[in-house]
Amino acid sequence: VTVEIRLNGRLVRDEVEPQHLLLDYLREDRGLTGAKRSCDTQVCGTCTVLVDGAPVSACCTLVADVDGREVLTIEGFAELPEFERFEQAFVDHAALQCGFCTAGMLLTTKSLLDEHRLSSAQEIRNGLAGNLCRCTGYHAIVEAVAELAGVEA
Amino acid sequence: VTVAERRPLREVGRSAPRKDAEEKLRGRAEFVGDLVVPRMLHGKVLRSPVAHARVVSVDTREAESMPGVVCVLSGSDLADLDGYWGHAIKDRPIVAYDRVRFAGEPVAAVAAEDEASAEAAVEAIQVEYEELPLAATIEQAVAADAPLLHEGPVKPGLFHGLGTLPPRDRNVCYRYRLDRGEPESVFSRADLVAEGEYSFPAVYQYAMETHTVVAHYEGDRITVWSTCQHPFLVRAELADLYGVPLSNVRIVVPYLGGGFGSKSYTKMEPLTVALARKARRPVRIQNRVDESMVTTRRHGMRCRMRTAMTKEGNLIAREVDCWFDTGAYADNGPRVTATGGDAAPGPYRWHAYRVDARCVYTNTAPAGSYRAFGATHLQWIGESQIDELARRAGLDPLAVRRDNLCRPGEEVRSGGKPLDADLVGDVEQVAAAVGWNEPKPANVGRGVSVGLLAAGAHPVSTAVVRMEADGRVAVLVGTTEVGQGPRTAFAQIAAEEIGVSVEQVTMHGADTRFTPYDRSTGASRSTTIAGLAVQRAARQVREQLEEIAGNDALDPATYPELIRKHFGLAGGELIGHGEVAPSGTGSYAEGPVFWEVCVGAAEVEVEPETGVVRVRKTATAADVGRAINPQLVRRQDEGATMQGLGNALFEEMVFEDGQLLNDTLLEYRVPSFEDLPDEMSCVIVENEDGPGPFGAKGCGEGALAAIPAAVVNALADAGIPMYELPLTPERVWRRIQTLEEEGKWPR
Repeated sequence: VTVEIRLNGRLVRDEVEPQHLLLDYLREDRGLTGAKRSCDTQVCGTCTVLVDGAPVSACCTLVADVDGREVLTIEGFAELPEFERFEQAFVDHAALQCGFCTAGMLLTTKSLLDEHRLSSAQEIRNGLAGNLCRCTGYHAIVEAVAELAGVEA
Repeated sequence: VTVAERRPLREVGRSAPRKDAEEKLRGRAEFVGDLVVPRMLHGKVLRSPVAHARVVSVDTREAESMPGVVCVLSGSDLADLDGYWGHAIKDRPIVAYDRVRFAGEPVAAVAAEDEASAEAAVEAIQVEYEELPLAATIEQAVAADAPLLHEGPVKPGLFHGLGTLPPRDRNVCYRYRLDRGEPESVFSRADLVAEGEYSFPAVYQYAMETHTVVAHYEGDRITVWSTCQHPFLVRAELADLYGVPLSNVRIVVPYLGGGFGSKSYTKMEPLTVALARKARRPVRIQNRVDESMVTTRRHGMRCRMRTAMTKEGNLIAREVDCWFDTGAYADNGPRVTATGGDAAPGPYRWHAYRVDARCVYTNTAPAGSYRAFGATHLQWIGESQIDELARRAGLDPLAVRRDNLCRPGEEVRSGGKPLDADLVGDVEQVAAAVGWNEPKPANVGRGVSVGLLAAGAHPVSTAVVRMEADGRVAVLVGTTEVGQGPRTAFAQIAAEEIGVSVEQVTMHGADTRFTPYDRSTGASRSTTIAGLAVQRAARQVREQLEEIAGNDALDPATYPELIRKHFGLAGGELIGHGEVAPSGTGSYAEGPVFWEVCVGAAEVEVEPETGVVRVRKTATAADVGRAINPQLVRRQDEGATMQGLGNALFEEMVFEDGQLLNDTLLEYRVPSFEDLPDEMSCVIVENEDGPGPFGAKGCGEGALAAIPAAVVNALADAGIPMYELPLTPERVWRRIQTLEEEGKWPR
C-alpha cells in the first residue's frame, strides 16, 4: 500500500507491505532508532511515538494505519524548541539511567502536557503508567515531570 | 594520601550531570539492536517445546531450501568443538546435541537475509523428541529417585572463583557451608526459638532491552557486539570455546538497556558466533522477551531456618538449610548459592550458626545473577525471624538489632573481611525516616531490615587515562554503561585527580580491542575497583604534568603548553596507567572487597477484605563511604527499591512441569508508576570507610535485598506474618483467613 505520513514535520510517501509495523518502518526503513523494541505487546511503552499528538505503541501499529497522519518520534521532538525544557528537567533530576525507555517517557509526557492532563503528582503517576522503567524506580521521572508540569512531586 | 586528597574536592562529591544524558534523551544513544553491520544476516532460534527429552533427530533440509535462508545450524555442525560453556561449570551446550534439559533450550538456529524468512524457516525444522522423566522442581530434583540432569565429570569453568569445585552430588551441582561454634548446644539453652519453612519465587530481571548479539567469524577472528555486562569474561569464554587467542576475539559493548545481572557473563554469544561461523557472514540474534526469560532468571529458593534468642534479647544461634533452583544449567548458581550462604546468618554477634546451601539442577530455564542475589533470597527470612522473636519477647525490633548487630571492625565471617560499615547508625536512620516511633493507624505496620551482601566480586581492573595535546582527557576502562552511571562517576574521579573539569573528560564505551581489562560490571564493584584504577591512571597523568612543570601548583589552562614543552612540537599525549589487583590471594574466603549494606525500612497498609498490600513509605541506606555523585547514588537506591517492591509484592515466574506459563509482560507484572510508595527516601551515609577512590564503596544492590525484608516485617507488624513471596493479594488474604481460624485475626 502507499502511505503518506507527516514524519517529524516532513511529508514522506512510501510503498509498504500492508502488515508492516510502524516500529520496523521507523527503525529499519527510516533509520529512526530512538523508538525501542521490548515487550511487543503494547505494555512497556519503549516504542512510544506520537500519532497526531497521542502516544501509540509503534510495535503494535501498522504503517498503513498512520497514512495521512502526523508521526512524531524522539528524533523529531528533539528538534523542537520546547524540547530543551524537557531535556533540562530530565538532566537536572537525573531522570534517566540506561535510556532505553527514555524516548517513550518524554513523548508520553509531552502528549499529557499538551492536553493539560498533568495537574497533580497522582495524575503524573496515572498518566505515565503505560511507560515502564526498570532502572530509575520512577521517583526521579516524577520529579522531572512535576517540574515541567509546575506541580508538587 | 593522593594528590587530590590534599586539596578540597571540586568534582568528586557533587551531582554532576550524567555524561550520557544528551545522547540518551535525544534518541541518539546506540544500543546493540540499533547497529547495522554490513552484510548482516538475521538469526532466529528454534527452542525446545519440551522440558526434558532425548533429541532423536533434527531435520533441517526443508528449512535450508527456503527463500532467503543462508544456513541452518544444529548440533551436528559443532562436532569439531568441545561445545560446552559456562563460566562456573561448563555444562551448557552451544545448541542441544542429543538432549534438551529445559523448555526453551536452543535446538537449532537459522540465518537468513531478513527476520521473516528466518522465522518461517525455524517453523520448518523437524525435530523428533523422546521425552524423559522430569525433575521440574527442587523437591523432584532432590528426591532419591530423581532423574539426573547431568552425568559424567564436572568441567569447571574459567571464572567460578570458588576454589576447588566439589564434585556434583546427583542433581546438587554446588554446596556451600558456613559454620561457627556448636549450634546444637546453643539452641538447647535458648529461651525462644523461631522456626519455619519459606519459599522465594523465581523472578525475571526484566531489563527493557532483550539479549541481543551481532557476531562475525572471519578466518580465526571473532567480532561480537553484545548486550553483555562483562565483555572481558565473554571474550575469554569465546576464545576458550572456539580455540583462538584472546586477542583474536573482540567484544564491543555500546550502551546497555538495563542489565541487573541478566547480562552478566556469557548468554547468547556462543550460539550467535556458531551461526555466524557457519553462515560466513555477520549474524544478529535479538531475543524476544519470552526468549530472554528462558535465557536467564533469578533462582527460586526453598529454605528451612531457625533462630534462637535469650529472653533478654540476645541473638545466639541460627541454623539454615536452603536449596537454590538453578535450572538446567549452573550459570552463576554456585556463586549465588555461596553469596546466599554468606548472607544467611545476618550480621549479628552469634555464638553459633550452621548454614548449608545447595545449588540444584532442575528441568527449568537456567538461573543466574540478579541484583543483590543471595542476600535478597535470605535476608527477608532471617530478619522476619528476628522480628518474630522480638514480638514474642515484647521487645522493640529496632532495639534488638541495636543490641546485637556487629560493629565496625568486627568479624562477619571467619577469615573474611571485617565489617566496614556502621549498621546500627544506618538502621536508626532508616527507621527514623519512616517514622518508627509515631502512632500507627489500623492495618498499618512498619518494619526494618538489616543485612550484608558480599560485594565487589574479584578485584581486578585496569584503566588508561590519556591527556591529549589540547589538554582534554579521555578515560579508557572496560566497565559497561548499563544505566548505573560509571561514565559520569569515572569522569568526576579523573577530573578531580588531574585538575580539569568533568566537561573536559571524554568517556568511551567498552571494546576489548582498545579498552584495558576490567573483570566485570556487577557486584557493585565499578566505582570501587574500576574507579580506583581510573584514579591511579589519572594520578600518573597528573604526576607527569607536575614533573614537566617542575612544581605541583598547576593551572589546567597551561596543560596544552606543558604537553607541547614535553614533546617539543605540537602533538603527543600523556598516558597514565592504573591497576587494581587483590592484596591477598583473591580467594572468595578472604573477601569480600567490601560489605555492601542492605538496610531498609517500610511502612505498609493492608486491606484485610482483599489482601492488597499498599506500601506507604520506604527508606534505604546507601552506606557508600563517599558519594562520588550523590544524585546518582540516590537514583541507584530508588531503582533498587522499586525492584525490591516488585520482588516482594507481585513478581513471580510460574512454571508448570518445567513450562513457563507467564512469559509475556501481559502476564508477568513488573512495577509501574502506580506502584510508587507515597514516600521513598534514601539516606546517604559517608564515613569514608570504603576501599575505593576517596574512601568510596559501592551501592545499588543492597536496597533490593533490604526492601522485601522490610515489607515482610511491616506486614507482620500489621498482624500478618508471611512465609512465602511474593505477597500477592490472594496469598495475603488466604493467610488472613488462616489467622482468623486460629483466633489470631483481628488482633
